[in-house]
Amino acid sequence: MGIIETENLVFEYIERDEEGNPIGVKRAVDNVSIDVKRGDFVAILGHNGSGKSTLAKHLNALLYPTEGKVLVDGMDTNDEKYTWPVRQTAGMVFQNPDNQIIGSIVEEDVGFGPENMGIPTAEIWERVKESLTIVGMKEYRKHSPNKLSGGQKQRVAIAGVVAMHPKCIIMDEPTAMLDPNGRKEVIRAARALNDVEQVTIVLITHYMEEVIYADKVIVMDGGKVVMQGTPKDIFSQVEKLKELRLDVPQVTLLAYELRKAGVDIPLGILTTEELVAALWRA
Amino acid sequence: MIKDITLGQYYETDSVIHRLDPRTKLIATVVYVISLFIFDNIASFLVATAFLIAVIRLSRVPFKFIVKGMKGILFLLLFTVVMNLFLTTGDVLVKLGVFTITRQGLKAALLMLVRLTYLILGSSLMTLTTTPNNLTDGLEKLLKHLEIVKVPVHEISMMMSIALRFIPILLEETDKIMKAQMARGADFETGSIITRAKNMVPLLVPLFVSAFRRANDLAMAMEARCYKGGEGRTKMKPLVYKKNDWISKIILVVYLAAVIVAVRFGSISVAGFTL
Repeated sequence: MGIIETENLVFEYIERDEEGNPIGVKRAVDNVSIDVKRGDFVAILGHNGSGKSTLAKHLNALLYPTEGKVLVDGMDTNDEKYTWPVRQTAGMVFQNPDNQIIGSIVEEDVGFGPENMGIPTAEIWERVKESLTIVGMKEYRKHSPNKLSGGQKQRVAIAGVVAMHPKCIIMDEPTAMLDPNGRKEVIRAARALNDVEQVTIVLITHYMEEVIYADKVIVMDGGKVVMQGTPKDIFSQVEKLKELRLDVPQVTLLAYELRKAGVDIPLGILTTEELVAALWRA
Repeated sequence: MIKDITLGQYYETDSVIHRLDPRTKLIATVVYVISLFIFDNIASFLVATAFLIAVIRLSRVPFKFIVKGMKGILFLLLFTVVMNLFLTTGDVLVKLGVFTITRQGLKAALLMLVRLTYLILGSSLMTLTTTPNNLTDGLEKLLKHLEIVKVPVHEISMMMSIALRFIPILLEETDKIMKAQMARGADFETGSIITRAKNMVPLLVPLFVSAFRRANDLAMAMEARCYKGGEGRTKMKPLVYKKNDWISKIILVVYLAAVIVAVRFGSISVAGFTL
């Protein structure tokens, strides 16, 4: 059984006009069934309004399904007695780094989660030290978060979640507000967590370059899951991705065009090295 | 200009003052403020000044950094001083048309200037040497007993620490919105007070909207990190009084006694002035 499972998950909310009168029911997540295996790095791709963030909030018991079920490590998020264990099992990193840092010193912020969980003082310090080391922010532990760059702030936010020792971390567009360097830093930290600490990662993003290292990619559109598979499977279907108005990594696109022009190379090339190797062979 | 306000900003360094228990610093600030309002002569002024300088030196916060925070209240300071200077009745010293400066007015103005300046310096020294979280932890623990009468002490202190954390962020945002509106022709600097206040509306609306959005995000982030109020929470940095805290308290008592003694016996008369 996977660490996160959703069964025919539906989430609806009432749309209102400017005066607050209901004008209809909007289905943000429509019959989604996904299964995330322990230790996997799963990426969820999709445009604004595709329902990916709404789905993410369900995995952390911040939203509850209208229909269907969400199981986190076997616990039903609808069951109130599991709310806190679920949030502890599946930590969450949000988009805006400024709006999720509570402490005014890096180490105090990282300690916030463990404090809430009632961890003894000595262990909190151990956890803070360990999680800041994992994300590579140890030398900034006494700094004020306001003076850090976006990527650094986001890594602090990740450390804050890591300190709660979750089995799984859900990252809701953690790179959307960062510059390219910050994006790299965050993705590197996420991959290190996955590789070294075997934490399951669910990365929600709309940047294609960030998903090529994932074990599994889920593409969402209009609240539904439209594609699912390994990055290679997904990026082999350039036409379909274009239909969904999603960008394809440059290398993949180049390989695709070359193939269309008659060069003999395989489908679903994701990195420059792969393309070079394939071209040598061709 | 908005960034000059240092109140509520922590200055990172390691000093005796930084390491003191926040409760000690809070009590010290209250005592210092009280001492400022009982002093009224040169001797007590000297005692208060010596104390402030000593604490500033011990804190290792650069003096320039502390003074920067004064710029924001410069207008208020001048206003109070001018009001006191011209509007106090008594023995006339100088007469300039409708303005008269009296001996009592001069003294009141000087006292007010010193008091307000020291008040700001003293209290910003507290926020400069104590992290907001630490500060509210201190408040929480000092006021803990009020929980018996159903005062939500933990909630209040959490709100305060969050407010303090967001002051610089919101200031930065105000600056940004201001510049954006100025680039589109908004005018915040000319016109009467009423027009200027009206011109502030396009500044306040986006600021409020974004503040609410931030509050919403933050609440969600806190819940996601298992925040469920003060119950069952442990502390990463529990407050324990150390040797230095007891020493500081003794120093405080001595200081307060010194000020009182100075007020009672330290007056000297110079050219008709009682200083």
